[in-house]
Amino acid sequence: MHDPTDPNDDPTRPSRRGALECMVWAGTGLLWTLGGGLPRAVGLERALAAEASPAPFSFLQISDSHVGFNKPANPDALGTLREAVEKIRTLPQKPSFIIHTGDISHLSKDREFDDADQILRETGVPMFYVPGEHDLLDDEPGRAYLDRYGKGSRGAGWYSFDQNGVHFIGLVNVVDLKAGGLGNLGAEQLDWLEKDIAGLSSSKPIVVFAHIPLWTVYPEWGWGTQDGARALALLKRFGSVTVLNGHIHQIIQKVEGTIAFHTARSTAFPQPAPGSAPSPGPMKVPAGELRQHLGIASVSLVHGNEPLAVIDTPLAG
Amino acid sequence: MTLASALIRAHIRERLAAALALPIVALAASSIAMAGEPVTIRIDNFTFGPETVTVAPGTKVIWINGDDIPHTVVSQTKLFRSKALDTDDRYTFTFDAPGEYPYFCSLHPHMTGKVVVKAPAG
Repeated sequence: MHDPTDPNDDPTRPSRRGALECMVWAGTGLLWTLGGGLPRAVGLERALAAEASPAPFSFLQISDSHVGFNKPANPDALGTLREAVEKIRTLPQKPSFIIHTGDISHLSKDREFDDADQILRETGVPMFYVPGEHDLLDDEPGRAYLDRYGKGSRGAGWYSFDQNGVHFIGLVNVVDLKAGGLGNLGAEQLDWLEKDIAGLSSSKPIVVFAHIPLWTVYPEWGWGTQDGARALALLKRFGSVTVLNGHIHQIIQKVEGTIAFHTARSTAFPQPAPGSAPSPGPMKVPAGELRQHLGIASVSLVHGNEPLAVIDTPLAG
Repeated sequence: MTLASALIRAHIRERLAAALALPIVALAASSIAMAGEPVTIRIDNFTFGPETVTVAPGTKVIWINGDDIPHTVVSQTKLFRSKALDTDDRYTFTFDAPGEYPYFCSLHPHMTGKVVVKAPAG
């Protein structure tokens, strides 16, 4: 609704909020438009035509690179990360930065982090990380991660920053997990989150990223966050909230009110759809099909009043 | 020696052997219950199997991870905690005191199991 007293609400000028209302993700070759909360797919050609005017600002999400993984589902996770980085380098619009939503390494070994860093550095853009549970397997859990990626962060590695009028919040939901439970943010981090967003205008676009989905995707496999609803309740007053997660190695999307949820593909190995296999373990697909199940997501913020639009890009296919 | 007396002697020897063997068997049976053979718990498909095991005090329990994803074995009462177990890695803990020992995987906390330590009846 138009509010003449709000300087951000001038219909002749695209607002920050309007800028985020159309987010274009490079993805599967399908453009997902969400009209009235219902996803609708259109062909890639139309999607590319819609992208004709370059977006003023874009960033990229990469997830679950699991460097060090060498099991049958993908004997060369380092190689597929390298392919993903090649893909990023050839994007027509260079992203402003990359968000890695965790499981950088498979077993938190120095060598795995070294290899990941070396390859991701080749993107030539700043990286922002949150840890996955595979990044906290060192003897003093999380020390290696924080030493490398935790500069300027709080607690187990959470932080926020602003870019192009968007407030980005990186959360950690993979520490101090409780028996029988799901992902966990904890009281200290939730208190921090409440303070972090307290001064922000409700028209400020918010992007939240964390490893495990913040909403409950499939509790039988632990795909959710125990106290995720508390974080989402704090974010309810904002007009545009985008939640980016990894962990489940497949794309799942949902819109709830003003909050849009997306999970990204892995660059290492796919996992089965919820409940479609005896366990969430790595899914072995025919060798020729692996790269159709791996990928990256790029998010462009374009001015206009278009509904949220999503595309994901596989490494091949 | 007649055939009959030979048969009787043989029979007596068997009875004697059986009589002597009996306490040994009983001793062996009770020693299995007391010290316990190691008990193995497999981790497959993000599940501890069997989910609950009952063992005698002093039993060594061995967890073996058969998944392509690392798991941990972590006591809910902080009594024991394994490192991350990669594929085919093992973790061993010996349970001395009777009681119930619930545990879980700290990476995938929906994975839970329990070791019950109980002195054998009798």
